[in-house]
Amino acid sequence: MKEMIKVGMADLNVTKGDAGLTTLGLGSCVGVTLYDPITKVVGLAHVMLPSSKTIRNNTNPAKFADTAIVLLLEKVLKLGANQRRLVSKLAGGAQMFAFANKNDIMKIGERNTLASKEILKQLNIPIIAEDTGGNYGRTIEIYGDTGILLIKTIGQGMKQI
Amino acid sequence: MGISIEEMNNMQLDVLKEIGNIGAGNAATALAKMVNRKIDMNVPKVEVLEFKEVTELLGGAEIPVCGIYFDVDGDLTGNIMFLLTMKSSRILANMLLYKEDNSEILDEIDQSALQEIGNILSGAYISSLTALTGLNLKISIPSLSLDMAGAILSVPIIQYGQVGDKVLLIETEFNEGDDNIKGYFFLVPDVDSFEILLKSLGVLE
Repeated sequence: MKEMIKVGMADLNVTKGDAGLTTLGLGSCVGVTLYDPITKVVGLAHVMLPSSKTIRNNTNPAKFADTAIVLLLEKVLKLGANQRRLVSKLAGGAQMFAFANKNDIMKIGERNTLASKEILKQLNIPIIAEDTGGNYGRTIEIYGDTGILLIKTIGQGMKQI
Repeated sequence: MGISIEEMNNMQLDVLKEIGNIGAGNAATALAKMVNRKIDMNVPKVEVLEFKEVTELLGGAEIPVCGIYFDVDGDLTGNIMFLLTMKSSRILANMLLYKEDNSEILDEIDQSALQEIGNILSGAYISSLTALTGLNLKISIPSLSLDMAGAILSVPIIQYGQVGDKVLLIETEFNEGDDNIKGYFFLVPDVDSFEILLKSLGVLE
């Protein structure tokens, strides 16, 4: 059994080599991973909201796409990753409840995904795979040795990207 | 600017807790009428919890649960979420449909029954809120989701996350005979609506 480090909501972590990172029950939040295939450095952020700029209480950088991804990048670089080799995968950003009318907050999953993509683009990190949207929860695991992202669901099966 | 749960003083929290109590009490009465049985209710627990404590309370982020979600509109806007364990969902669906079914899977009819129960409970809850505050409030039709606790909880947690790092949770326990039903209410006002709510209750200048 390889070591599996849990990443909570509005949290992030990095590891290297054999170990893996996991986050459980992603709904409208987005799991953003960074991976360097040569040094096997991997990072995972569990992003809750798109932007720290529109929010007054923004003391936790891991909570927002803009600040979380930048912090995650710093951490993987510190652990030995090379920025030019980094690739990203995304999962989550679901809309758990369906409503016909209004409102921005129900589309938060989509907004989280878009904001994460925008930040990755600014940082020149390519997104090589994603499993986002839908109306179901996801548990994800990423492994340092392979960079494979495993996605588990209830009722929608399991897949690797 | 919105006010977060962390910034509230004890009196404001006590008032919100009391609303939770009264609302849950009305909901239990409504449920008893609906299923035509005697329903006992324990005193609801109203707690202010960190995000991760909420999922732990339910047994972990991957545990399947049933969430029923409503839009609230009118003098204040926001959402109400009613959350049930799978076991409690089964008991409630059986109660309403007069059947004995032990299946772990909730079919369409079960889900529809649960939506109706959610409707009645949230309606009772909102009407007590209306009576106490004098605010004009109405709720939307329910939307139901069966999925991992973490995924379902991400919805109210994200809404609370816009102003703080804690949520207000109302835990209600209903008992009917030997059956024990555990339900959780989340009152999720939009960013500016906590202020309206507290003002209408006379605990905010």
